[in-house]
Amino acid sequence: MVRIGAFLVGLFFAGWLLVSFLVGAYAYVTEPPAKTVEHEFHLAPKHVSFSFDGPFGKYDQQQLQRGFQVFKEVCSACHSLKFVAFRDLAALGYNEAEVKAIAKQWAIKTPDVDPATGEASTRDPVPADHFPKPFANNVAAAAANNNAIPPDLSLMTKARHHGPAYVYSLLTGFQQQPAELLKEFPDAKTPEGLHYNPYFANLNLAMAPPLTADGQVTYGDGTKPTVDQMAQDVSAFLAWTAEPKLENRHRAGLATVVFLLIATALAYMSYQNIWADKKKAVA
Amino acid sequence: MSFPWAEHYTPKHPVMQWVDEKLPLPRLVYNAIGAGYPVPRNLNYFWNFGVLAGLALVIQIVTGVIMAMHYGANDLVAFSTVEQTMRDVNAGWLMRYAHANGASFFFIVVYLHIFRGLYFGSYKAPREMVWLLGLVIFLLMMATAFMGYVLPWGQMSYWGAKVITGLFGAIPVVGEPIQTWLLGGFAPGNASLNRFFSLHFLLPFVIAGVIILHIWALHIPGSSNPTGVEVKGPQDTVPFHPYYTAKDGFGVGVFLILFAIMLFFAPNYLGHPDNYIEANPLSTPAHIVPEWYFWPFYAILRAFTVDFFFVPAKLLGVLAMFASILLLFFLPWLDTSPVRSGSYRPTFRKFFWILILDVLVLGYCGGAPAEEPYVMISQVFAGYYFAHFLIILPLIARFEKPLPLPNSITDAVLAKYAKADGEPAAVPAE
Repeated sequence: MVRIGAFLVGLFFAGWLLVSFLVGAYAYVTEPPAKTVEHEFHLAPKHVSFSFDGPFGKYDQQQLQRGFQVFKEVCSACHSLKFVAFRDLAALGYNEAEVKAIAKQWAIKTPDVDPATGEASTRDPVPADHFPKPFANNVAAAAANNNAIPPDLSLMTKARHHGPAYVYSLLTGFQQQPAELLKEFPDAKTPEGLHYNPYFANLNLAMAPPLTADGQVTYGDGTKPTVDQMAQDVSAFLAWTAEPKLENRHRAGLATVVFLLIATALAYMSYQNIWADKKKAVA
Repeated sequence: MSFPWAEHYTPKHPVMQWVDEKLPLPRLVYNAIGAGYPVPRNLNYFWNFGVLAGLALVIQIVTGVIMAMHYGANDLVAFSTVEQTMRDVNAGWLMRYAHANGASFFFIVVYLHIFRGLYFGSYKAPREMVWLLGLVIFLLMMATAFMGYVLPWGQMSYWGAKVITGLFGAIPVVGEPIQTWLLGGFAPGNASLNRFFSLHFLLPFVIAGVIILHIWALHIPGSSNPTGVEVKGPQDTVPFHPYYTAKDGFGVGVFLILFAIMLFFAPNYLGHPDNYIEANPLSTPAHIVPEWYFWPFYAILRAFTVDFFFVPAKLLGVLAMFASILLLFFLPWLDTSPVRSGSYRPTFRKFFWILILDVLVLGYCGGAPAEEPYVMISQVFAGYYFAHFLIILPLIARFEKPLPLPNSITDAVLAKYAKADGEPAAVPAE
């Protein structure tokens, strides 16, 4: 009974899947799915290498400081960094006084409540505060940015495939729409107020190119601030904001793997030892 | 339990004698996973995965309980409390990554455990109950993993919850009320998050309970073995301890090495980047995909694209997806071949490897976007999946001519070492 029932159920599911396949295949052959502009023109992130790649990777503190400077002078006007606190900047090599000064001089103030009147007010951030948001809420953010809300950047490099390379590619990828794109997809012209970028999922993004000219920021360590350099530095900085514990993780990982290799070798030897008398051709 | 020649627990220390009289718990452990449990002497490395699955559950419970101390089950703060755990809790990143990757490794070892059961016919009499309880554990694991994935309240959490509870919405008439009841609202929200958290905390302990039943049921006939020939006498077995504890010790080491490599050097490789974006009911991700361990079933769900008269394709997909797991409960009665081990079943073996390839292809298609050609490929391979279990397997059992079986486990072992060495004794270097 079980097998007759199973046979019928199996016949039904397998048969109907075959019918579905034939219907789908017929449609696929007679009306091949139209190519989309994203399929044709979207590009995978450029290849770029960072000091924190690989199992031995570490952040380059100088680069993180430069990237932080780019974030501070360029990105932070529109983008929040809500999961990062000023105190976290100590990991970039700033001392306590410097962190305090960075917080105190931050252009955006931290919302607070006036202790005397209870009314809403603002104050200078302190190291314990997270980075204050540039807009009071999403409505204000959208209103100021052509109806697009600038995303929070704390986790950006983990929220995209190949995150740091993606951020770098996006920042350096703004360009004129290719002529062949317009020829093939005349309807896909970049709308007014958007900007063509083949590294962005739907090719047109609201953000205007943020890094436009060499020397846009002035680096204190003498590194030449080319657009490419600034894009790499800020990508590295955002890799750090997304994964601040990367160095601890790599260090702990190496120690753990070395320990486990030794322990497993010992476990293997004791296994062989215990079984020695059972793994013979005589009983 | 099990064989009459099993070693007996005889506590020597007066304290242990005293404990044994009052509560024979050490005796129970001794008979379950100690020297008191005789096990076939010829188990290969595929028999390591039961212990590894148990270890994976322990890792999940330990890391999970610690994570729960820092987690806020509220849709307003869930995402940020998880981030806080990653950033400001001592070793919080380690707990989180261990828990997220631990879930994947739990499924890896359980899939290999099921693979072992399928190839070596472990589901056959007299071990049907072991197999059935194992499937119950598997279903509980899937429910637990699904609800756990919702807790970080990222984009995939939210939309995954929406899609999976939406499956119940496909049931005619009562579907939508059931979906609303499951979610505690019309869409995933705070009520859903709270109940998922509560159940996600509860179910692992239910799993632990069913594991005890699983092991209990196993100890009645004793473990199966790669020849599929039952134990005939004391020469066929070795005591679980120290023989298999030693072998499992090595297995645990290898498991932990692979786990550590993933956890410390590629902790986000198996996850989806969209889950680092906070849940947003107003923005649907381009491709909603579950975690990798659900991909084969997700491919079956999406393979149904044509309505069957008045039955909508979506409902068919849901039924097929559940059927693809539930049919495994009937496996002991579908495969009636008296020979257990695939090593002695030439025809079965060929189709078995096709099935493995089939499931891998389904997995690939389940992770791919719902576009052609992936849907067409899923349709063919999902068709084979059902045909394999429900049609081909019973037929093979009927017509296959199995290879001759060894007389006993010991015969098989002796033949193997005689062949491998030419001469007796291969003692590892001391």
